[in-house]
Amino acid sequence: MNLPDISKTELLRLYESLTRIRLFEERIVDLYHEQEMKTPVHLCIGQEAVAVGVCSQLEREDYIFSTHRSHGHCIAKGMQLRSIAAELYGMDSGCARGRGGSMHLVDPDCGIPGSTAIVGGSVPLAVGAALSAKMQGNGRIAVAFFGDGATEEGSFHESLNFAALHKLPVIFICENNFYATNSHIKARQPAGRIASKGAGYGVPSHTADGNSLGVVYEFAAKAIKLARDGGGPTLLEFETYRWKSHVGPASDFQTGCRSESELLKWKERCPNKLYRTDILKAGMISSEELDTIDKMIKSEIDDSFEFVRTCKQPDINTLLDYVC
Amino acid sequence: MPWTEIQAASGNTAKKTAGQVGGVRDLSYRDAIREALDQALSQDPGVFLIGEGIDDYGGVFGSIIGLAQTYGSSRVMDMPLAENGLTGICAGAAMTGMRPVLIHMRVDFLPMSMDQIINHVAKWSYMTGGAVKVPLTIRAIIGRGWGSAAQHSQSLQALFAHIPGLNVVMPATPYDAKGMLLAAIAGTTPTLVLEHRWLYDQVCAVPEEPYLIEAGSGVIRRSGSDVTMVGISYMVGELMLAAEELEQSGISAEVIDLRSVSPIDEQIIVDSVRKTGRLLVADTGWKRCGISAEVAAIASERAFDALRAPVCRICTADCPTPASPVLEQAFYPNVAGIVAAVREMM
Repeated sequence: MNLPDISKTELLRLYESLTRIRLFEERIVDLYHEQEMKTPVHLCIGQEAVAVGVCSQLEREDYIFSTHRSHGHCIAKGMQLRSIAAELYGMDSGCARGRGGSMHLVDPDCGIPGSTAIVGGSVPLAVGAALSAKMQGNGRIAVAFFGDGATEEGSFHESLNFAALHKLPVIFICENNFYATNSHIKARQPAGRIASKGAGYGVPSHTADGNSLGVVYEFAAKAIKLARDGGGPTLLEFETYRWKSHVGPASDFQTGCRSESELLKWKERCPNKLYRTDILKAGMISSEELDTIDKMIKSEIDDSFEFVRTCKQPDINTLLDYVC
Repeated sequence: MPWTEIQAASGNTAKKTAGQVGGVRDLSYRDAIREALDQALSQDPGVFLIGEGIDDYGGVFGSIIGLAQTYGSSRVMDMPLAENGLTGICAGAAMTGMRPVLIHMRVDFLPMSMDQIINHVAKWSYMTGGAVKVPLTIRAIIGRGWGSAAQHSQSLQALFAHIPGLNVVMPATPYDAKGMLLAAIAGTTPTLVLEHRWLYDQVCAVPEEPYLIEAGSGVIRRSGSDVTMVGISYMVGELMLAAEELEQSGISAEVIDLRSVSPIDEQIIVDSVRKTGRLLVADTGWKRCGISAEVAAIASERAFDALRAPVCRICTADCPTPASPVLEQAFYPNVAGIVAAVREMM
């Protein structure tokens, strides 16, 4: 058992967040075949604990920059499901007014200046937000979410170098799910931990279990404290696994890029199931309480997708709006 | 900075008035840039300058000299040799309340930051439905001569003008350099300011108080009736010299300084071509798919019936810049070539 040392209310809030992400992504899986959601979806089922463990400890004003696989991060940071769902359907009431789609979720009021589909792109942007926070002295910190593939990009190394040089309040969160699209990390990087890349820049770096919310929470807490106290950046590599294919609602083991047994092994270590088991074991929360939360989240998701039906498509006369 | 309190420029040039104190005076292109940046830094704590070696004794060819001493290393910041990463870092800062000015001593360093400029900076406003703006200014200097060769003298405006979401301006006078740089910093559209190194010693009257010249408007530098000559940056001066020479043989040339290659002032081109019936375009860059092609296309689409001769384009040769002085001379267009081309059109 590995639970953060926080109140029951807080523990339940984390459970809510994990569940919200999982059920939202599963709803996309259920609806995608209708082909009304015309946007490439990169689902994060299986990786929820990283998003929740990090974002649940950030202030609303703190910044996160996410990737093409951003739903979980944005939900965990507090974005309204209606705003995301509407964007997935390209509606004018979507968070990016139908201009961004699934890969470019944004909500400045939640500390989400945007998400980028170019691998490695989120990393310098977060460092820039941290530079901004430091220069403005507003006490905010910034988080860059990225995958294992991004650590092969020059922008990752350039960003670590600059963040370390200026001791910026930024946290580099690598979700190592071992695959960049269909290429295994062994085909792309020499053996060794991603976290070891931080050492060359003098950035405190750790590898940890990304499927254990308790573990993620603990490492994130230390990194957040360090950043807030002016101690500079931290690189955290969380090993985790995506259950779905790189893009789309299906699984991909059938194509041979990975084995079903590997997927099943990781499914046994489902982050949501592990957390639920742990909090039940701790004895202060009943399964009925959790079931009630499940129901509440389900109706939240029902509401967000029903909301989409009331939304309008963007007016084609606005095609050129927001270019500049 | 109370940017909204800064007025748009009232004209396209300024005049010195005798006995005026603290007003309009002669200033070089480099000093006009320096004054704009000094004013931006002093009035808005969100403005900072960053670039490779910008705080050294040279001060980016003198264009920011002394500013590092005045404002300190946190606001006039040296940076690692990491053009793409630092463009992203500046973009992230711009998205979150700052107004960075990223400075490259050579335009040739921009290709290393193409991912951040094209995929991120230029797209962010659109991709976020206008929710997040990127008020980032990038200065880059076009080199020429003394064997600068292929990687220290490129004129890459066409690459960037192709990308929606970016402003690309190329001031040709000290007056425009100050106003366009301040407008870039004051605005919310990411703007690339391309400065030709050979313009740095040019002098003209420049008002001391800050003023803004928005991207997108061209200027008629000389009125004429027989041929429209559209130029940008350093080529505007070459066109003015050519126009003087042409006048001696009775040809009246109108010279348009485009100033901004994105957005481009279509109307000033169309109106002039309708008046003169002939169009010559002079660019500091290559001919193929260049700005001159865009200007020619505008005339073709909107003033085809007025054209009395084929459009003529004066550009650098379609090869990398050579180092040899002899080849270099052949590579760059010159006044004699412009004059000959116009005579051919008449």
